[in-house]
Amino acid sequence: MPPRASSPGAPPVASASGGPGGAALRTAALAAFVVLAAALPQLPVPDFWITQANYIGLYALVAMGLVLLTGVCGLTSFGQAAFVGIGAYATAYLSTALGLSPWLNLAVGLALTCVCALVLGWITLRMSGHYLPLATIAWCLALNYTMANMEWLGKFDGILGVPPLSLAGIDFTRARNIYYPIWAAALVGAVALLNLLDSRPGRALRALNGGVTMAEAMGISTFRYKVQAFVIAALLASVSGWLFAHFQRTVNPSPFGIKWGIEYLIMAVIGGVGHVWGAFAGAAVVKLVEDQLQVLLPRLIGTAGNFEIIVFGIVLVLVLKYAPQGLWPFASSWLPAPRRVRDWEHAPPLAERARPAPGTPLLEVERVRKQFGGLVAVNDVSFSIRGGEIVGLIGPNGAGKSTTFNLVTGVLAKTGGSVRFRGEDITRLRSRHIARLGISRTFQHVKMIPAMTVLENVALGAYQRGGSGIARAMLRLDRAEERRLFREAERQLARIGMASQMHEPAGNLALGPQRLMEIARALCADPVLLLLDEPAAGLRHHEKQALAGVLRQLKAEGISLLLVEHDMDFVMNLTDRIVVMEFGTRLMEGTPAQVQASPAVRAAYLGTEH
Amino acid sequence: MDLSVAGILLLDGVANGAIYALLAVAIVLLFAVTRVIYIPQGEYVAFSALTLGLFQLGQVPGTVWFLLGLAALAALLDAAADLRARTPAAAAVRRALRTLAFPVAVSALAIWLAPHKPPMAVQALLTLALVTPFGPLVYRLAFRSLADASVLVLLIVSVGVHFALTGLGLFFFGAEGFRNPSFWDARFSIGALSLSGQVVIILAATAALIVMLWLFFERTLQGKALRATAVSRLGARLMGISSDAAGSLSFAMAAFIGALSGLLIGPTTTIFYDSGFLIGLKGFVAAVFAGLASYPAAMAGAMMVGVLESFSSFWASAFKEAIVFTFILPVLLWRSMHDPHPDEE
Repeated sequence: MPPRASSPGAPPVASASGGPGGAALRTAALAAFVVLAAALPQLPVPDFWITQANYIGLYALVAMGLVLLTGVCGLTSFGQAAFVGIGAYATAYLSTALGLSPWLNLAVGLALTCVCALVLGWITLRMSGHYLPLATIAWCLALNYTMANMEWLGKFDGILGVPPLSLAGIDFTRARNIYYPIWAAALVGAVALLNLLDSRPGRALRALNGGVTMAEAMGISTFRYKVQAFVIAALLASVSGWLFAHFQRTVNPSPFGIKWGIEYLIMAVIGGVGHVWGAFAGAAVVKLVEDQLQVLLPRLIGTAGNFEIIVFGIVLVLVLKYAPQGLWPFASSWLPAPRRVRDWEHAPPLAERARPAPGTPLLEVERVRKQFGGLVAVNDVSFSIRGGEIVGLIGPNGAGKSTTFNLVTGVLAKTGGSVRFRGEDITRLRSRHIARLGISRTFQHVKMIPAMTVLENVALGAYQRGGSGIARAMLRLDRAEERRLFREAERQLARIGMASQMHEPAGNLALGPQRLMEIARALCADPVLLLLDEPAAGLRHHEKQALAGVLRQLKAEGISLLLVEHDMDFVMNLTDRIVVMEFGTRLMEGTPAQVQASPAVRAAYLGTEH
Repeated sequence: MDLSVAGILLLDGVANGAIYALLAVAIVLLFAVTRVIYIPQGEYVAFSALTLGLFQLGQVPGTVWFLLGLAALAALLDAAADLRARTPAAAAVRRALRTLAFPVAVSALAIWLAPHKPPMAVQALLTLALVTPFGPLVYRLAFRSLADASVLVLLIVSVGVHFALTGLGLFFFGAEGFRNPSFWDARFSIGALSLSGQVVIILAATAALIVMLWLFFERTLQGKALRATAVSRLGARLMGISSDAAGSLSFAMAAFIGALSGLLIGPTTTIFYDSGFLIGLKGFVAAVFAGLASYPAAMAGAMMVGVLESFSSFWASAFKEAIVFTFILPVLLWRSMHDPHPDEE
């Protein structure tokens, strides 16, 4: 697996082959699957098959939540079984003790689940990603012990005689009947998740995997999205629990314990934790293999016991070592890769921000300071940028240029000093709030989502110019806005000469084009001030000239630029003014000619003769 | 509740807390050096208690076959890798001997001594020697080739290892539980409090181990190498410290600490093949209290967990476990207020 992959299932970079027909074929495959699923109970297959299919559908609902959480967002939970338990116990208790309708109980179960997930997520998701799984283990155990000791929940025996589901005169007592609500829920859940992943909030969720700095710099509240992803996964588990209670007609604590919490994760990992359909593959494999092992292993070993967990534990380790993508990629390689249909040509353009008149004060950096322990990385540096100006920030390696960038954009907290932008004090704002005011940036080390296409990566920059949330995305109500976002993304890509590569996965690009892509992404945010960290690094000579042309064009459009760059020809020919830093302090400021003439700057770069 | 009951509960809690403290220290150590959040830490506790229990019966414990199996598998994988890399035969043989020598020697000793029912101290030493090599073997089999994977992947792998070890524990030890005899049957009265010899041993052993760990990390080159690896794996590697060796050593230390905890806890409660999980997770609650980073904070957290557990078993014994594990929520809340460091991998 690639070094330091941020999640077990960060999908590898696939080739962008496959024509526009790919999407049609995929839709046809999905339709065939739905038809087959719908026909199965009507066929003369044994009841046992239908029961197995019911379990697979129930498990897939839980596992697909883990796909969202683990494969997409890079978080994980071992406590999904507890949410299944909440859904199951809520409806079992309310329908037996109070005689309420199962459909009402579904709403109650979802509400309870939502509250629990919000509390857990709110407490743990501000911290490093590994606290959520630890908290969910503890919570799953705690809830399980509580269920098993509550008099009114029937203690270890649980609740018997849960009534079957019924709707409009149809009775769902038989396995062949409850099959339909189970598989409808599973398929609706899968399609909703697929819709979500291909949308504005979906791109934000995918950006969570592998650090939050870039996502926050795009104006995304990463904490909110992490909590939302956790809540969605919990709600899917809760629906599964509700169906489980009415399918089994009895609940007891054991299927909601930590062992099942871990098994759901095993399903997601085996199936392919980066793929929604992998949840179905994983659920099917685990369910069918587990049944075989429970018969086979005790016969082999001679005593009864949960020996199948040995196999599952070992398989989990082996899958993560040798096939971190799980099974699904092997299945999906039979289908052509989907390719986005270009339907945004006639979409109305996005609204643009008013830009300041040339020469008016834009950014005022006043004695900003950053200390890491005893080291003063940036020592009371001041400079200012006016509307329509290109300012260079140069200095030897380690002078504190990138740190200054991070202080201005709010990525790092300042030890002292102040920053004003268009008259507003932004010293204490977080990077996402600063981004929303119209300051965009690129990164010294490219930060992107390698598995997303170039176009999608660039559209991430336009995040703050859209407004569709998760619900709209799941219901596909966001298409008009999506077209406007993609139109803007393509326009910015065309501007830097990369429109032909827009369907390429970003991870396939060489370093130079990756940097250009970051500039297009920053431009998508409709910036007033653009901060570029070494934009020309890795570019060839003619590419640098083209980039300089683009930057001059931006200046002519009223966008101001601050750039850190080591290529002196590039800086000297492009900038209006240059700030020179050395050892964290501002050495001098002046026009390119003044800087070139300065003995102090020469000494900083080349040293002095003694 | 009067003062004497409170005193008894407090003492009980501190004794259990001392054992959780050992486990929490091992968990923090492993996370610092290898970034593995090692869920199966408690399994060593169960294995060691069961091993001693079987020695008490004069039987050869399943640990022997379990250990030999793991060592053989590791040697086989090494041999396959050597074959592929065309390593010189002499080097390959040396490597196989390094993997196999200690487990085989200890196993042979255990098989020979077990029927003779040696003194308790010998049984305890044999148990430690049998369980400790599990650490490096688990590291070799499950984690070594994933050294560069993310914390999340390592955590999921560690859950897989937990599943496998628990199931294998059932296979090698059976479903029967053991409660070991006390190492020291003395009783001391301090006012209304009565202190058992076993509690004295628990506290003394914990204190001794903490002091030894402190000396190891402060005074020995190997200890300093582990600390360097914890600060920066790359930096340590550039200084010639093998992160493989550091990982192997820290897993061995964690297994030793787990085995010692098993010996200490064995006389206070009945241990089954799967009891280790819950005991280990209580160590985890304490380690989370310390942000998986600070040894003293982990020990303080463990004492809190132990005391909370003993008092809740008095007031609401059915909900004892639920209360202890719910305790992680206020702990996390406090941590997120106190030191929210979002991750950036």
